[in-house]
Amino acid sequence: MDCCYIGIDLGSTTTKAVFLDEHERIMGRGITNSRSNYALACQVAREEAEINARFGLLRKKLEASTSIGALAEPLMAVLACNYALAQHLEQLKALHAECQEVAHAHALPQPELANVGLALDRIFSALATQAELDFHPGSTAASDFFRDLATSQYLKQATAVTRELPVSFDRLVGLFDAAIIRVENHSFAGLYREYLEFATARATADARFAPFAAEIAAAVKETAELRFTVLNIVGTGYGRLTLPFAREQIRSEILCHGLGAHYMFPDTRTVLDIGGQDTKAIQVDGDGIVTGFQMNDRCAAGCGRYLGYIADEMSIGVHELGPLALQSKKPVKINSTCTVFAGAELRELMSLGEKREDILAGLHRAIVLRAMSLLARSGGVDSEFTFTGGVARNQAVTSSLEKLVFENYGKMKINISTDSIFTGAVGAALFAKRDPKGVMADLEVSQLAKNPDCGIAATCSA
Amino acid sequence: MNAEVQKEESMVLQKKMIGEHFETLSKAGESGRKVVYTFVPGNLNELILAFDLLPVHPEVNALQSGMRKLSGDYIQEAEKQGHSEDVCTYVKCDIGMLKKGNIGPTGEKLPPPDLLLLSYTGCFTFMKWFELLKQEYGCPVVMLQVPYQAEGKITASQREFVARQLRDVVVPALEQVSGKKLDEDRLKELLASSARAEDDLVYVWESAKHKPSPIDAYFGGVYYIGPIFTAFRGLPSCEAYYRELRREVDYRIAHGMGPTTPEGELRQQKYRIVVEGPPNWTSFRDFWKIFHDEGVVMVASTYTKVGGLYEQGFRHDPARPFETLAEYCLGCYTNRNLPARVDIIAKYVEEYEADGILFNSIKSCNSFSAGQLMMLRELEKRTGKAGAFIESDLVDPRYFSAANIKNRLESYFQMLEAKRQAA
Amino acid sequence: MGTQDIIDRCERIYRDLDFGYVHEWKARTGGKAVGFMPVYVPRELIHAAGILPVGIMGGGDDVEIIRGDAYFQSYICHIPRSTVELGLAGKLDVLDGMLFPAICDVIRNLSGMWQMMFAHKYVRYLDFPQTFNDAGREFYRAEMAELLVDLEALSGIQATPERLNASIALYNANRRALAELYDLRSAEPQRVPTSELYLLLRAGNVLEVSEHTAMLQQYLAAARVSQRPLRDNVRVVASGLFCEQPPLSMVRAMENSGCYIVDDDWVLGARYQLHDTATGANPLGAIVDAYMSDTVATATRYVEGDDKGAFLVEQVRSRHAEGVIFAAASFCDPALLDRPMGQKALADAGIPYTAFTYSENTGQVQVIKEQAGTFADSIKLWGAVA
Repeated sequence: MDCCYIGIDLGSTTTKAVFLDEHERIMGRGITNSRSNYALACQVAREEAEINARFGLLRKKLEASTSIGALAEPLMAVLACNYALAQHLEQLKALHAECQEVAHAHALPQPELANVGLALDRIFSALATQAELDFHPGSTAASDFFRDLATSQYLKQATAVTRELPVSFDRLVGLFDAAIIRVENHSFAGLYREYLEFATARATADARFAPFAAEIAAAVKETAELRFTVLNIVGTGYGRLTLPFAREQIRSEILCHGLGAHYMFPDTRTVLDIGGQDTKAIQVDGDGIVTGFQMNDRCAAGCGRYLGYIADEMSIGVHELGPLALQSKKPVKINSTCTVFAGAELRELMSLGEKREDILAGLHRAIVLRAMSLLARSGGVDSEFTFTGGVARNQAVTSSLEKLVFENYGKMKINISTDSIFTGAVGAALFAKRDPKGVMADLEVSQLAKNPDCGIAATCSA
Repeated sequence: MNAEVQKEESMVLQKKMIGEHFETLSKAGESGRKVVYTFVPGNLNELILAFDLLPVHPEVNALQSGMRKLSGDYIQEAEKQGHSEDVCTYVKCDIGMLKKGNIGPTGEKLPPPDLLLLSYTGCFTFMKWFELLKQEYGCPVVMLQVPYQAEGKITASQREFVARQLRDVVVPALEQVSGKKLDEDRLKELLASSARAEDDLVYVWESAKHKPSPIDAYFGGVYYIGPIFTAFRGLPSCEAYYRELRREVDYRIAHGMGPTTPEGELRQQKYRIVVEGPPNWTSFRDFWKIFHDEGVVMVASTYTKVGGLYEQGFRHDPARPFETLAEYCLGCYTNRNLPARVDIIAKYVEEYEADGILFNSIKSCNSFSAGQLMMLRELEKRTGKAGAFIESDLVDPRYFSAANIKNRLESYFQMLEAKRQAA
Repeated sequence: MGTQDIIDRCERIYRDLDFGYVHEWKARTGGKAVGFMPVYVPRELIHAAGILPVGIMGGGDDVEIIRGDAYFQSYICHIPRSTVELGLAGKLDVLDGMLFPAICDVIRNLSGMWQMMFAHKYVRYLDFPQTFNDAGREFYRAEMAELLVDLEALSGIQATPERLNASIALYNANRRALAELYDLRSAEPQRVPTSELYLLLRAGNVLEVSEHTAMLQQYLAAARVSQRPLRDNVRVVASGLFCEQPPLSMVRAMENSGCYIVDDDWVLGARYQLHDTATGANPLGAIVDAYMSDTVATATRYVEGDDKGAFLVEQVRSRHAEGVIFAAASFCDPALLDRPMGQKALADAGIPYTAFTYSENTGQVQVIKEQAGTFADSIKLWGAVA
């Protein structure tokens, strides 16, 4: 029986969950896309975090084993990617079934329906084969959201299949679009024992681990059956108001971000977070308590969303913007980061013959200038500084920010945490742990139980 | 859940006063009473009443339109007529209302002005507003320019400038419109009455020093200033209103009660806050409720001082009618320079033992808003209390983002809570 | 010296946000310098106290705003942000004081911010009368007398009546040279491109007045013999640009779109008065009189009576303009609130107009160029805007 505290961060694009143990150590992390359904996103993120916690315990157990200890690392990698593969295959099956169902619901003429059925069979069999190739230790596939992975693969296979069968590509895309939404409204974690069995079977079939099959299976079984007792849960983030929690179970993302950043970097006093929709500049004290903050005003100028528009306008991926900007020798001066005019501004500069990389360098600088203004508004930077949020992954932004922080505030230790996506959830979990009243006895369990999807069950294991 | 609110006697009184006033206005055409449009800050109500003229305040009409959810249409009407999205929405709401028949807050048609008395105090837009109205009504305009207290004090030259305009320009214009000579004794009587009401109002403001505070000095405050900032200052009905209000405050103090809010009495007062900036009128109740739900009581506010900072000692003085009117105009809150405004708020924080400072930054009102970010930082430095900064507008419903404001305020109050627990 | 050399120098002065000229002037003369925001400030008083008046018109599009945005909400115009940015970056340290004239509530409040930000510097808000009667006159006279006492204390130089008269004469000469420049542009717009005229005006914000007048005269002499073809452009008056300035790229774009700008109100303080200020026994009184009764109409100045827009209509008539471009800084209360009244006066007089907003760091001038171009085309085709 392990006791834990849960923090859930319902962001506008992703939902994150973190499990903390009694000693405020992180046991597990989970993340999923927010969908249009916060309650489900919340449940899925939590399940992901729970599985992650089980894997963590399993790793500890294996590492401590005298016989397997040395192999724990590669073994865990095999187990983890096969677990993800099993879950992925299960979701593909469900997606296939949903596509079929949507096709039937459309009441297609019989011949077309037959062809569509055939096409779907071919596509999904190809997808399953592809998955086997994609999921291997160290691959990124296991960390991608099902929707993203399935979408790109499906479109590829659908293109191929329309060359062989008299089926329209648009028809297949339409089926997929309707079906993926339905699939996203299910949780697939309920079958986690089966996925673990699948993963164990695959792992023990590997010559390296076969000799220890019995011990591995016993360790897996033990962690699979472990029960977590949730002592408290706190929700935060943009969608927190939709959580059926009591007031005491909700914290603003500002406080959670501050405390989460403090947890990761105890000496930090200033935190800048640039997310998709908003930018926050937060000042914290030595205990991670927020002493002041500023958020961007109502529009999303200078936030991640702006970069998205720019990428769309240039027909490239958001992740390509930073590297391209870094190639610039002569950044263009850009004064506005208005999302509304992003396209027009860009087209005007292009028509004036400015180079793409120079425009991008200017845009990145403009975004950072906005953030700098917000920092100044919140009280500036006078000691260790932490940069978090999705945009922190963009190198052009980080290098520009480092430069400007140095120019305006002098030499400063800067933490750039690309793994910062869990900052808010960590803070929420810490609040759950530290809430003087927040123990199960004081929770409005009855209210939470109304929605078992993201409420607190006495135990998490079904 | 809304508790059934017991309407207090003072509210009933005020409603009656306003109702009667607008009825009188609607009949001005038949009765031959002359009408003067003028602004709340630095208004010359005693002088207007001394000539038996009827005052109308365009800002009050605009804020009432905002509260009754009509302002959005009015503003869009004015924008259709070529007014910019960027400018003051009081002006656009007023112009829009005029274009749509000039139906006032009580559903009665407002009479057109016989005179526009431009009391140009603390707000540049007033000047433009009446230039625009002059084109609409074609009636005479008389300007009373009130110089700005740029050095944080009233100079002799400023006082003389205002008093001289009153004597040389304003009084003759009022005499012309009313067809009467100024009766100085009548003016003095009115001024003396104002001073008595002002005493009671100050008592009400200062009652917020009690814990729990019996009043809400911002949301409740806009009701408390209703009569004295507008058409009633100088009249017996105004004095009676403030006597009653004071009685209610005493009752609440004696019984340890909090202020009356639309959600019922605010008993649990978790945080005491000082507020800078006007309120948002289009979502006034929702806005108030956010604070009510957080257990917040507003113990002092600057907006309720746009028509005079009486608690700093100013009283209308019948012995010096023109000088006292000049000092009144010069002393309005928005006519004080920024350092003085910071001093005023810092003093509020200290005297009213506030936990924090809220800035409601109003898009329409540069007079209030330009410089507020700096004021906020200065005040945080000086008082050690944390400030919150939110943005909204007076009467433009497009500029009130409830989710955004709620999010900020929640963060702010949770921050205060976390600090409190850490202390 | 050809026009190009003069204009190149002007542009250097315009772009120099370190105010190198002011540094040099102070080093050379040992004198003090006082900055002032537009629109109108009686520079004669500053000059007579031996101080260099320096017009500060924001930072244009050359300043990256970091701290400035920390002081102002997004719905406030741009000029105070860039001014604060310059101040906090130390670029205005060369100034021994700052004057903030009554333009609007934003600039008024900026005077208080400046008092807090630069507590050790001389800062003054200048209130101007909006009531043009004896009370207003007396108030203004007292304001100016006080200002003069302050300035004398700052410089240690007495602004005697002789000195005041000398300064008045210098500024009269400067205004006359500017009037000549405007007249030449109106008569032969091809000889005086608007962007050049604009840069000449901007140089006058910084240069000592007699040096600026000499520059204007040199330019006039060169411009009169310059060879530039007359284009088939439409003659327009630009209105509403009296405080926050458009970027130079926008000034050029407006003219390259097929418009000759034959009158305007940018850098208005340099041309606020219509005639010479009298010299004589009471120079301070003459400066007060000039402000009270002999000035241009602009949105920051109250108009008594029924003359709203009459000045603009007269400007169009006397310059033989065919239309008006209303350009105002975004969120500029005075200009934008004034605009419908100006438009009404033009509509009544049958004069076409178009309108847009900009900010001093507007990056997109293409849109503005297209709008001005469409306006010019429509006047050429139909003589009015459909």
